[in-house]
Amino acid sequence: MVHLAPLFVAIPLGAAFLSLLVKAVAPRVAGILSVAAAAALLFLAVVALLGVDSGATAAGGWGAVSEGGVVFLGGIVVVLDGLSRLFLITVAVVASAVVVYGVKYMAPYTGKPLYHSLLWLMIAGMNGVVISGDLFNLYVFLEIGGIASYSLVAFGTKGEEVEASFKYLVLGCVASAAILIAIALTYSATGALNMADVAAAVAAGKVPDAALFFVSALFLAGFGLKAAMMPFHAWLPDAHPSAPAPISAMLSGLLIKTLGIYAIVRIFFSVLGVGWHAQVLLLAFGSISMVGGVFLALGQDDFKRLLAYHSISQMGFVFVALGVNTTLGLVAGLFHAVNHALFKSALFLSSGSLERITGTRKLSEMGGLVRRAPMTSLATIGAALSISGIPPFNGFWSKLLIIVALVSGGHHAVAGIAGLTALMTLMSFIKVQRKALFGALPERLAGVREVSAVMFVPVLALALLCLATGILWPLGLSDLLDRAAAAAGSVGDYMGLVTGGR
Amino acid sequence: MNDGPGMSLIVRMVSRWLLGFVFVYGLGVALFGHLTPGGGFVGGVVVACALVMSILAFGGKQGPGAFLARAVTTLDAAGALMFLALALFGYVAGCFFTNWIARGEPATFGSTWFVILMNVAILVKVGAGAFAGFLAIVAFGHILDAEEGRP
Repeated sequence: MVHLAPLFVAIPLGAAFLSLLVKAVAPRVAGILSVAAAAALLFLAVVALLGVDSGATAAGGWGAVSEGGVVFLGGIVVVLDGLSRLFLITVAVVASAVVVYGVKYMAPYTGKPLYHSLLWLMIAGMNGVVISGDLFNLYVFLEIGGIASYSLVAFGTKGEEVEASFKYLVLGCVASAAILIAIALTYSATGALNMADVAAAVAAGKVPDAALFFVSALFLAGFGLKAAMMPFHAWLPDAHPSAPAPISAMLSGLLIKTLGIYAIVRIFFSVLGVGWHAQVLLLAFGSISMVGGVFLALGQDDFKRLLAYHSISQMGFVFVALGVNTTLGLVAGLFHAVNHALFKSALFLSSGSLERITGTRKLSEMGGLVRRAPMTSLATIGAALSISGIPPFNGFWSKLLIIVALVSGGHHAVAGIAGLTALMTLMSFIKVQRKALFGALPERLAGVREVSAVMFVPVLALALLCLATGILWPLGLSDLLDRAAAAAGSVGDYMGLVTGGR
Repeated sequence: MNDGPGMSLIVRMVSRWLLGFVFVYGLGVALFGHLTPGGGFVGGVVVACALVMSILAFGGKQGPGAFLARAVTTLDAAGALMFLALALFGYVAGCFFTNWIARGEPATFGSTWFVILMNVAILVKVGAGAFAGFLAIVAFGHILDAEEGRP
């Protein structure tokens, strides 16, 4: 299975370029092509999930190269382990739902093959970040995912969308520059780009403390910006609501996790090691993100903007969980990242459906939609219960785990902040339900109808998955998370995995 | 001296003579990329320059640049797909990106057809991509002119 891992990048790239190729001949085929590619990707991710063999493969069949008695890995190393499996299946599930939803949602837009092409380039970038075994390829795929998302935010080409895209582009480039400088410094300090070799050099104490400190700070700032950690969050509340709904779901559900959380977990837990400074920064910035995000969300009337602020707040939960730097914290953080991918993409997709139904994103102009659009409302309620942390939905378990991890790590104040934020999140989503779904139906909306099945089925499926992961977590899903956390949390294991074949 | 589309007769005449050389030079840089400095990317940029020169000299209605402008997205995607297909065919030899084509005599043309084919794919992709960038800037300029009422 490991040698098939490059297909996780090849299939999305193929779909992206084929969509452009059919643009001239038969533009309608692009949608079918997209759905077929999503099915293939989902199948491959499930196969990878069921397989237990972890390992590394080098593209081009370059194995170990020996030079002057030193053995090092040649070629582009692709790594498949528990952590990458967890993110690959998350990307595949959410992307499939988004692709199916997008077929109908994007119908009024022009240039649909371009949308499909950019969407698949973004997925290729995300999968590439997840399977890449060396820092520079991680950076290249990060840029592929990033550039595709800058263009997709501006896909509507209205003034505010282009402005949001430009803001996102500028801040994204600042983050990329920080990451690239950090990679360059790591290379100069260790002489390696392969993450396993870098990890070995750091473990052997070859890197001076000052260099490690500076590199950690740059990585945290760069990936923190990609993950919308609070002092670096300014782009997100503009960029995420401006994109078309399927893209918002991809950005908020997946992009901030694969480009942000995954990269932070991989680089800090598997390669550089979490120093006390990184731990303090993760806890502090995470707490600020949790509280700041949710307070900004409370006052929002624009549904998508509200969801975007909640993304910042929920990412804060993940950061503080990672900041505890224990296996429990890592499991809790990864679990919450996966859960957030499921419920936030469901919420963004349903916000798109509600916008299509009512013609507005303002919560104050909606109302009583549960009678007019029962399926979309049901999915929205499911996802909202999940993000608010109501048992037995998955959001409850991961927030509980995060608070338990914080308390057991001795960070009682942060645990209190997390509890308060969970409560505020619940309040915010009670407001959403009351304003949009229940209450009196405004006269203007008397004749509205439910969206077509192509649009509500993927959202319902995601909402059901929120419930299913919540119920299944105690049964079998925890094993998957434990394996992911074990793979990420041990520097030695990761080195052994990649260099085992030498 | 400006009769018809594009630039003056002198520029068009010189361009007509030069275009072929620039094209062949780009192709050569790409095809011999496995032996000499150069490669698909450099060759692609040279070919794109030839196409840009054609558009500048003859305008958007005639010449090879105008002819290829319609197919630029298709060519761009085709180049990328060709590269991807070459990588995927590596599975024939067991691994992604593996060279599955027999190697020839070292230091002669065709010592490795795999790299030549990859350079051709990159030539098509980069040539079309860089040319598409130029066309997009030109189109954007026209839109701005129209919005601000310039002729």
